[in-house]
Amino acid sequence: MNRQALPQLLEAAFGGNRRALARLISLVENDAPERSAILDAVIPKTGGAWRVGVTGPPGAGKSSLLEEIVMAYRERGKTVGLAAVDPTSPFTGGAFLRDRIRMARAGADPEVFIRSLGSRGSLGGLSAQTEAVLDLFDAAGKDMVFVETLGVGQAELDVAECGYTTVVVLVPESGDGIQAMKAGLMEIGDIFLVNKCDHDGAALLEMELRAALELGSNADSWKPPVIQTSAIEGRGIAEAVEAIEAHRTHLAQNGQLPHLRRRLLERRLRRGVETRVTHALWTDPERAAKLEETLDKLLSGGVGFEESLRALLPEGLDGEES
Amino acid sequence: MDRKIRVLVAKPGLDGHDRGARVVAAALKDAGMEVIYTGLHQTPEMIVEAAIQEDVDVVALSILSGSHMSHFPKVRELLDAAGATDMLITGGGIIPAEDMKVLSEQGIGKLFGPGTDTREVVEYIRGEVSSRNS
Ligand SMILES: Nc1nc2c(ncn2[C@@H]2O[C@H](COP(=O)(O)OP(=O)(O)O)[C@@H](O)[C@H]2O)c(=O)[nH]1
Ligand SMILES: [Mg+2]
Repeated sequence: MNRQALPQLLEAAFGGNRRALARLISLVENDAPERSAILDAVIPKTGGAWRVGVTGPPGAGKSSLLEEIVMAYRERGKTVGLAAVDPTSPFTGGAFLRDRIRMARAGADPEVFIRSLGSRGSLGGLSAQTEAVLDLFDAAGKDMVFVETLGVGQAELDVAECGYTTVVVLVPESGDGIQAMKAGLMEIGDIFLVNKCDHDGAALLEMELRAALELGSNADSWKPPVIQTSAIEGRGIAEAVEAIEAHRTHLAQNGQLPHLRRRLLERRLRRGVETRVTHALWTDPERAAKLEETLDKLLSGGVGFEESLRALLPEGLDGEES
Repeated sequence: MDRKIRVLVAKPGLDGHDRGARVVAAALKDAGMEVIYTGLHQTPEMIVEAAIQEDVDVVALSILSGSHMSHFPKVRELLDAAGATDMLITGGGIIPAEDMKVLSEQGIGKLFGPGTDTREVVEYIRGEVSSRNS
C-alpha cells in the first residue's frame, strides 16, 4: 500500500479523487492513528450535503429503492455518497456486504460513491464510525448523502437517525406494521415508504401506518407522509424524492435546521464522551483488579452491593467528599 | 486498529451461475473477512469502480464463460490506471494451466479451478495480503 501523506490525501479527496476518499474512509473505519486528524480536518468542510438515513427490516427493498432514488437525484444533476451498513458476524468478525447487488447503475456512476460497511465491533460505536463516513462524503462535496442500515436494534436506529431526514421502508408481508411499532421505527420516521406495492396488502399497511402516525402525532408540524413504492416497477420513486425535498424545505423554512444540527451534534458528542469514558474505565488495570477483588467479597457475603459499586466508581462520582 | 481484509467478489461476463462465487464469498466471510459481493454481469469498468470505492485488498473474479483471457487483464489494466497497482487479483473458473501461466505473467495472482478447497483460497489471500501490507 503506498502511504501518501495525510495532507495530500485529504486535499485529493476534497478535490474529488475517489481513491483518496476511499483510503480515508478505510483509515477512519480501521480506527487508524490518523483518525482524529482526519476528523478534525473534515468537520470544517461539512454542511453542504443533505443527509438521509434509510432504515427498515432486512429484505424490505432499501437497497433497491436507493438505487432508484439515487438515480433520480442524478437526473437532477446531484452528486451522491452512500454508506450501506450490514451486520458483522459476532462469531467470525466477517461480513457479507451485498447491497451493491441492487445498485448496479448507481455503482457504475462515477458521481455516486458507494461504500459498504460492516458493523464491526466499532470501538467508537457504530454510529460514530458511520457519521465519520458521512462527514467525509459531505466534505468531498457530495450534494446528497445516504446511509442504509437495518431497522433492528438500538445501534442501527441510531445510525438511521444520523440523517436530517429519516426514511423508513416497510413491506406488506410478514406483519411489518406491527414489527415497525415494536421496533420503534414509527417514532423515528420522517417519511414512510410502503415498498413492494406490486404485492397484495400495500393499501392495508398504508392505512395501518397512517392510523398509527395519527395517534402519535405531536406538536411537530411535519406530518410524515406514507407513500407506496415499487422499486421493481419504478413506482412512487418521484413521490419519495419529492417527500425528501419537502421535508428538507420544511426544516429550512421553520428554522428548525440549526436546531436539528445542534441536537445531532450534541448526541454525537455525548455518545463520544460516553464511549471514551467507558473504555477508559475498564481498560484501567487497577479498576479491573479491583473488580475481581470486589466480586470475591460480594460472593462471600462480606459487603453489600451498593458498597461494592461505590468502590468501583471513579473519584468524585463515588459520593465521597473529596 | 481494527483492520479487516476486504475482498470484492464479482462475476464478469454473461454466464448466469454464481453458486461458486457465493460459496467462496461465504468461506471468506467465515474466515473473518469483509466480502463485498456485486452480483452477476459486471463489466470490468464496474468491477474496478467498485474496488476503488470499497478500497478492497483483493478482487476475486469468478469466470466460467471462457472469457478469462480478456477479463482478468482488462481489470488489471484499469486498476493500475486508477493507481491501485497493489490490489491483488485472484479468482476461479475453468481455466487451462497454460492460460494461468500467461495471466500470472500479466500480474494476475493465483487462480483456482473448480472443486478447490475454499480453505486453500482463504490461506492464499491471507498470505498475500499480509506480505503486501508489511
Ligand atoms: N416485488 C418486489 N420486489 C422487490 C421490490 N423491491 C425490492 N424487491 C426485492 O426484494 C429483495 C430484497 O431487496 P433489497 O433491496 O436487497 O432489500 P434490503 O435488504 O432492504 O436492502 C430483492 O430480491 C429485491 O429484488 C419491489 O418493489 N417489489
Ligand atoms: Mg440492502
